[in-house]
This record gives sequence, structure tokens and C-alpha cells, in this order.
Amino acid sequence: MSGSAPRTLFDKIWDSHVVERLPDGTCILYIDRHLVHEVTSPQAFEGLRLAGRKLRRPDLTIAVADHNIPTKGPRTANEIQEEDSRIQVQTLEANVKAFGVPYIPILDVRQGIVHIIGPELGLSLPGTTIVCGDSHTSTHGALGALAFGIGTSEVEHVMATQTLLQSPAKNLRIDVSGTLGLGCSAKDIVLAIIGKITTAGGTGHVIEFTGDTIRALDMAGRMTVSNMSIEAGAKAGLIAPDQTTFDYIKGREYAPKGEDFERAVAYWKTLPTDAGARFDTEVFLSSADIAPMVTWGTTPGQVIPVTGVVPNPMDEPDEGKRAQLQRMLDYMALKPGQRMTDVPVDVIFIGSCTNGRIEDIRAAAQVAKGRKVADGVQALVVPGSGQVKKQAEDEGLDRILLEAGFEWRDPCCSMCLGMNPDKLTPGQRSASTSNRNFEGRQGIGGRTHLVSPAMAAAAAVTGKFTDVRQLG
Amino acid sequence: MDKFTTLTGIAAPLPMQNVDTDKVIPARFLKTIKRTGLGVHLFDAMRYNNDGSENPEFVLNQEPFRKAEILIAHENFGCGSSREHAPWALLDFGIRCIIAPDFADIFFNNSFKNGILPVRLPRAVCDQLIEDSKLGGNARVTVDLERQVVVRPNGDEIPFEIDPFRKNLMLNGLDDIGQTLQHGTAIDGYEAGKKQSQPWLPTIAA
Repeated sequence: MSGSAPRTLFDKIWDSHVVERLPDGTCILYIDRHLVHEVTSPQAFEGLRLAGRKLRRPDLTIAVADHNIPTKGPRTANEIQEEDSRIQVQTLEANVKAFGVPYIPILDVRQGIVHIIGPELGLSLPGTTIVCGDSHTSTHGALGALAFGIGTSEVEHVMATQTLLQSPAKNLRIDVSGTLGLGCSAKDIVLAIIGKITTAGGTGHVIEFTGDTIRALDMAGRMTVSNMSIEAGAKAGLIAPDQTTFDYIKGREYAPKGEDFERAVAYWKTLPTDAGARFDTEVFLSSADIAPMVTWGTTPGQVIPVTGVVPNPMDEPDEGKRAQLQRMLDYMALKPGQRMTDVPVDVIFIGSCTNGRIEDIRAAAQVAKGRKVADGVQALVVPGSGQVKKQAEDEGLDRILLEAGFEWRDPCCSMCLGMNPDKLTPGQRSASTSNRNFEGRQGIGGRTHLVSPAMAAAAAVTGKFTDVRQLG
Repeated sequence: MDKFTTLTGIAAPLPMQNVDTDKVIPARFLKTIKRTGLGVHLFDAMRYNNDGSENPEFVLNQEPFRKAEILIAHENFGCGSSREHAPWALLDFGIRCIIAPDFADIFFNNSFKNGILPVRLPRAVCDQLIEDSKLGGNARVTVDLERQVVVRPNGDEIPFEIDPFRKNLMLNGLDDIGQTLQHGTAIDGYEAGKKQSQPWLPTIAA
């Protein structure tokens, strides 16, 4: 299968997972890790049940409840107040029991957002294929895995066969070079990328992020970048494994140990893209062009530096696009030419699979330290997992945040998509470290602006969008 | 899954780009453990006013589009989440075919799994079909998967591309899990090889 032609990281992982190539080119692709949560799995389990099928490899599967879990007060399945949320979590717990699927209980310290806990537990490894019924599965690409979101029919397909029917994707290289400026983070990089290539720029492609700016990121930052690959429409977003990756994995609960680890590292070192490998498309960005970013519209591609002004739809020559831009401004209650730093916020959300890691909470706490949340602003901090929460508390970050007037909550997807009680009310405006600013995403009529954790904290303490570099 | 061979029906215009899956079905309706019953929440934010009444401006609240089986949209339809609730909601409403210049990948996949045919046609053709829809009840469009053509109300035929594997599954309403399970021996062989070459890959005891 390998041949001698230079291959990309994606090509190598793909080739090593093809079980069989069907006559028309469709491949049966082997899946090394299947992550399961309560929202997209009930109909898949039901499908298995109706067909009298079982899971082929429960030992390569792990389930956790994350979307519906409350972030304060009682939070086990039976204690969830909202009936349909409770039923969905109870259904997951019944299904994992019936089908013998490993499950992390809600009160276990290892519970958390599925895309936070995979890497955290050492289950997401370089060179592997990882899927989940969730588009942000792209997160795990940061470790050099081919990781992508699937629908519920495909969840059922993986459960029954440990494979998926797939056609190869194209290779897209996104290279970011230069030293990231003060106050800028991985979130600003990925928002700038989506702003450049648009929300459909990656459709049909697997991205590989390259360049010294990406190399210099820690694993948390890399995960933020890979996480939002899907927001650029890409199937997956990979970063070649290197020493940073190996050091991150070493010693984690399920990671290979001792001699096995050395053997694994030797293999992982063969994965990076060969010199001369061909990418279908290449895009180059310079760190010098990246500032702390804020989205202004209702897709993640509508993003400007915090120092910028809201664009004018009249500058758009295409009539259809112009009307759509106007609709967005109406929804967001913004005016052309308005400075972002003049826009007040009501709610701050720091968390999600995009920015719910310990590094993100440290970044927020650093800005919050010695300051106070502005009057009338509600600021939530929701750690991505029980382990993140514990570590933050061990470091005293919870006290810094609480003293500043932030709320310190329990791990869950929370206000990223408001499937639990954390939601915006109509007309409320948020500065959110999550991944999507779609209409109604955080609650009916809610207005979402995507930002980095430091920028979210800066907005919390000033009550409006603020250039974090100005806070000192 | 129901077969998809030929469909003749009302085509509703939705001339918007980036119709994301949160627009198709907001997250608060994902708390179901069934595939059916989501049609009433399809396009909830655009279809209903804040008091729950119908928004008469929205196309699916207008005759004859209440009975639409085909949707015509602009670029990047179905972007965002992987939720299969989006095609389930469309199907439950009665939509069996979506025509757009392009689709987000996961939505595109999910549609096929549910017997909804996503057809990619150039923007100019989509705009022509949207213009045709002004004929109202007379705007009946035929989508012939066997011959790979969309037939406009005036009888003009527009060819479209589809990959043969998916076409076959759709035409025959095949369950692809059943198909893959026929390759069980190859999967066994793959797993055995992997156990040899990468014995360190972690497994988890239930």
C-alpha cells in the first residue's frame, strides 16, 4: 500500500487503516477509537437492538455523558431536572450496561467533555483513527490522529463493524509562521484562519497545520486549532506528532507504558509528512497578521481583530451576500462602522471542547486576578473535565476567579450549545470561548461573539470587548 | 431506509448560504431518543414567531410549499454540527431531496444514510430552479436518480453527478452495515495484523 511516493501525514494514517478498497474506490476504514456521548448515540443503540447486533469492539469504545449535564447542583442522571435531558442521560447509562460499553460515571473525576477526556486519558494517540458522533472530534487531530465527526447512522456502523465506509479526502496544508504577538493565542490563530479561508474553505479536505507558530503551541493550543477545523468545513485537522506530543502522552492513564511507549514513539516518528509530499491546496498565514480576534457575525468566518470595526454590508457587491450580511447585523444588533471595543457584553462563557483545558483557565485567571467582573455581567467558567477542575483548584485558580466575581462550575458542554440549563436569554450578548456563533446556538435569540479565554476574561472585567493587550 | 428512485414534487426555495444544522434543528430539540417526530421543529427559529405562531414569511409556511419534498438552497448547506437530527427533521417534514451548489461533508453523508438525496448543481442552476419555484403549485420538479437528471417544470433536463457506490445504496435502499458485515473476514484479518504490529494500542475493560 505504501509505495515509495512521498505521503502526507493524512495519507499515511489513511493507508494504514484501509481494511479493503471496494471496486468503486470506497474504502472500508478501520476505527481505532470510538467515543460515545448521550446525544447522538440512543438511535444507534436502538438500531443495533432492532437488528439483533452487538458492538464488535466495546474495548475500543468509551462513553461519557457531557452535553446535558448541569454545571451546578445535583448532576447525576436521575437528578437532572429537565425531563428530556434526564431521559437522554438515563438512556445512555442503560445502553452502556446492556451493550457492555466502558463508561465514565458522571461523578467520576475523569468525567468531562468527550474531546477533553480522550487526550487527557491517553486514549487519543498519534497515527490512530478516532471518531465520535460529534463534529468537534477534529480536536484529537492535534495529536496526529485522523479524527472526525460522524452522524448517528455511522455511529451505529462503527459499533457493529468497527469500520466506516469512506472515500479519501483531499490534502490541505495551512502553514502559520512567525512569533505570535502578545495577547494572542491558539484561538486567535484558528479564528484568523477561518476568516481567511471561510467556513467552507476546508470542505472535502483534511487539513494539516504546519509552520513554526503551530510547532510552538502547547498541546492545549494545538487542540484548540484542530477543534475548529470543522468550522472551516474540513473533515479533520491534523498536526504532526513531535516531542511536545510525546511528552504530553507519556504517563497518561491508558497511554502505552515502558517499552511499549518507546515502541509507540518509534512508530509515531514515522508519521510526519514526507518531504516532497503533495498537498492539493496550500494556504500561508503570518503571525504578524494575527491579533486578538472577535467574531461579529453568525458564522465563525466573520471575524475581525478586536481593534476593528463592524463591516458595512453596502461594501459587498453581490446582492444575495449583501442581504445576508444585513440579516446578520440585524440579528447581532450591530451597526456598520461600530468599533468592537464599544460593544457591551452581558454574559461571559469560558469553557467548551475548544477552550476548556487547564491552560485556558490559567489564561482567564491571569487576566481576572485582582480585577472584578463588571456590574451586570454574568461570567461562567466551566472546566472541560473533572481533572481540569481539580487541577485548577489545586493551583488556586478557582479562588482567583471567584474573588473576581466569576462563577466556578462543574464540567459539561454547558453554554457552548445550551443543552443543559446554561443558556443565553433572547437579546443577551456573550463573549464566548466556544466554537460556534450560529443564530440561537447559545439560546434562542442569543448573540454570540467567539473569542479566546484571555479576551473573554478581559470582556468580563470591563463589561465590553476589550483589547487584552491594553489591560497589561 | 426507503429506496430513492424517482421523486416528483414541490420544490421550495431557501436562497440562503451557510444554512447551518443549528438552523435546521436547534440543539434544544436534540434531546430525543428517537429518529422520528422532529419535523415540527424543522427550521424552528425561522419558521415560528417567539409566541410559537407560524411566521407567514417563511417559505415552508406558505402554500404550496407546506408539502415541499425538495429544497433548493445556496452554498454550504448543512454546515456545523454532525447531528443526524438535521436530516431526520427534514425527512420527518417530508423533504427527500436537497439541491444546492455544495454541502458540508458530514451533512452530505448523513443525508444519504437516511434516504435524502443531496444534489450538487451550480449556483446559476439553483437560482434558475428558485426562479421556477415562483410558479407555485405548478413548480413540480422531478429528480430521477437512475438517469441522474433533475427535470425542471418546463421539461428541461439538468444532469448531476453522484458517486456510484452511494447511488446504488440509494436506489436499492440498502443497509450499509449489512454490506460491511459481509467483509467480516477482512476485518478479522486487519485486526489480527494490527495486534501484531501495534500491540500497545490501548483497550478498555468494560
